[in-house]
Amino acid sequence: MANMAQSIRMALHYGEKHLGVKDIFGQDVGAPMGGVFTATQGLETTWNTPLDERGIVGAAMGIAMTGDICVAEIQFCDYIFNTIDLLKIAGNTNWVTNGNATLPMVLMTPVGAGIRGSVYHSHSFESFASRLPGWKVVMPSTPLDAYGLMLSAIKDPNPVMFLKSKALMRVRGEELIPGEPSDEKELKAMIDAPVGDRSNWKAKWPKLEEHIVEIGKGKITRSGSAATVVSYGRHVLMCNQVADELKKEKNIDLEVIDLRSIYPYDWEMIKTSIKKTGRVIFVNEDTEVTNFAEHLSYRAARELFYELMARPKVLAGKNLPGIGLHANLEDASVPQVSEIKEEVISLLQEIP
Amino acid sequence: MLGKKLATQSASQSRSKSKTKSKSGSSGLPLSKQELTKIHDLMVKARELEERMIKIYKVGEAYFWIGGPGEEAFGVPLGMLANKGQGFDHDWLHLHYRCSPTLIAMGMDYITPIRLIMNKATDKCTGGRNFSNHYSFPEWNVAPVTSPIGVQYSIGIGTAWAQKRRKAKGITILTGGDAGSAEGDFASSLIWASRKGNELPMLITVQNNKWGISTHYDEQHGEAHVSDRGIPFKMRTAVINGNDPIESYIRLGEEMAYIRKTGKPVVMEASVSRLYGHSSADGVNRRDELDCLDEFEKLLLKKDVLTEKKIKQIKDDYSKEAQAAQVKARGELSPEASTIWDNFYVNSENGDWREF
Repeated sequence: MANMAQSIRMALHYGEKHLGVKDIFGQDVGAPMGGVFTATQGLETTWNTPLDERGIVGAAMGIAMTGDICVAEIQFCDYIFNTIDLLKIAGNTNWVTNGNATLPMVLMTPVGAGIRGSVYHSHSFESFASRLPGWKVVMPSTPLDAYGLMLSAIKDPNPVMFLKSKALMRVRGEELIPGEPSDEKELKAMIDAPVGDRSNWKAKWPKLEEHIVEIGKGKITRSGSAATVVSYGRHVLMCNQVADELKKEKNIDLEVIDLRSIYPYDWEMIKTSIKKTGRVIFVNEDTEVTNFAEHLSYRAARELFYELMARPKVLAGKNLPGIGLHANLEDASVPQVSEIKEEVISLLQEIP
Repeated sequence: MLGKKLATQSASQSRSKSKTKSKSGSSGLPLSKQELTKIHDLMVKARELEERMIKIYKVGEAYFWIGGPGEEAFGVPLGMLANKGQGFDHDWLHLHYRCSPTLIAMGMDYITPIRLIMNKATDKCTGGRNFSNHYSFPEWNVAPVTSPIGVQYSIGIGTAWAQKRRKAKGITILTGGDAGSAEGDFASSLIWASRKGNELPMLITVQNNKWGISTHYDEQHGEAHVSDRGIPFKMRTAVINGNDPIESYIRLGEEMAYIRKTGKPVVMEASVSRLYGHSSADGVNRRDELDCLDEFEKLLLKKDVLTEKKIKQIKDDYSKEAQAAQVKARGELSPEASTIWDNFYVNSENGDWREF
């Protein structure tokens, strides 16, 4: 099975071949490196930019303004903050021109902790991104969803922010991407650049097929009726683990929702699940004050108050200036499996 | 090239010298009478528009005014020389909010900017959503004008790159103020446009009016000329007198021809005036600065290109046209409150979370 970096790479290749992608660019995105997480290795339209985030975002906006489709990368979301006004403008361009100017662009950036990345390689960005109206924001948890969401992002006529969990880039999925060889070694030999001299290397792409994950649609990864757990990105995997453990240990069935899209988001899926379970916890690793999950929790309380058997919970990263490098510090800063489990049990024990 | 007063700020400062030999017309000036009268006509048209919009603001029919009176001698030639149209083989323009002279020269009518400043539902640029002079004309490759200063210098990188990639005929034209050149985006445009082997076809211009709202040039800059910042990047640079429409027309033409021929960028600084201050923010009152239109008219009268009577007639005609546009717009509908979610996404796909 492909890992997430490989799946993004294959999606971008599909985009180049079939969806009109003209440029894939960012810091170290081009050959020979192909991105610090190798997500752009072997592609035909990649190129390296100056180390200038504003230039990268501005260039993407300009290219998109001409109608050409591009995928730009900010190497780590930790370095995206000096582009925030350009991101605001990208989001409002279609609206403020009353539909005159559209920006069909994809901006991808690695997010979150989990790789011992210290203060400036551990930021999250989805809560900031949710405050950029006009953007669509997606955040996959599996390689197959990354592939499908990237194709949707490329096809979308709006600016789409593709947030990729750093800690998932080497994680393999459980489902094949359509066209992907079933042998991991075969795939690696085809599309992973060799160590050392790459000057004559070319990727041999599998015959990939289209697979679309609709933006705005979540996925139920564990079905259950005891409580609803809503997450996205790498924390979906942790929530799945908690659900599996509680099923095994206590025969408790949690319903886990992988939101996949931050905005627009799948409220119907959340609402239907909460109506069934009466209990909900939202889990992510962005900092907890004005966290995106607080909006979802507010909405759950406001619209489903009489359906709830317990107070909605938000479990998020601590409101700290950064993530400390040492494992003890990082693990205490963002939700871990044990903490999620404790909070879920607490949610289940609350008496209405 | 004009009178003594203007000559002190003329092209003698330019690093890239004019190659054009004077093709002296019957007036003895380096442009034909037809060219001179056309430039004058468009400068008057642009000025009358701005002064009408100031009146609209001052009588309370607009919330805010910001615009370009004082930049006509540079803006009009720029608009005349732009390769206007849609698509890669036409120029892309990323303009600042003092760009009305350029757009008038490109053929913008009066009703469009007046609907914009009066926030009418009929405002084709923003639907009543934005300030005056914040245009967008996709049919002319005119990118949306923004309030954050300087961002056009970053965004223009992309249109220039797309033009270069396609080996298209069009170039990318950027305008902005001297104060805006302090933003990092200006440095971005220099860095990206000048990369060896990846030079971009960009005309990077700075209209230096010596002010950023109330902050003088000397408080913001150590460099003698903003355009000098192109020199370390081995970019062709020019300093011109943007209050002289003849010099502007000739020098812009030369630099644009260079970019079209070589695909390489130029940084051009044009000294201009700011006749009514920054915007509504500082009162919109006439300032004692050199008026490029007055000076040009003195020259045209002296050289018998125009008469006092003809100039008065041109002004009266445009004044009436502008007033008629105001009256027309006044009778048009305002945007409905229900339209706030329109165009949140392309094709008005829903963006209201209440409806998810």
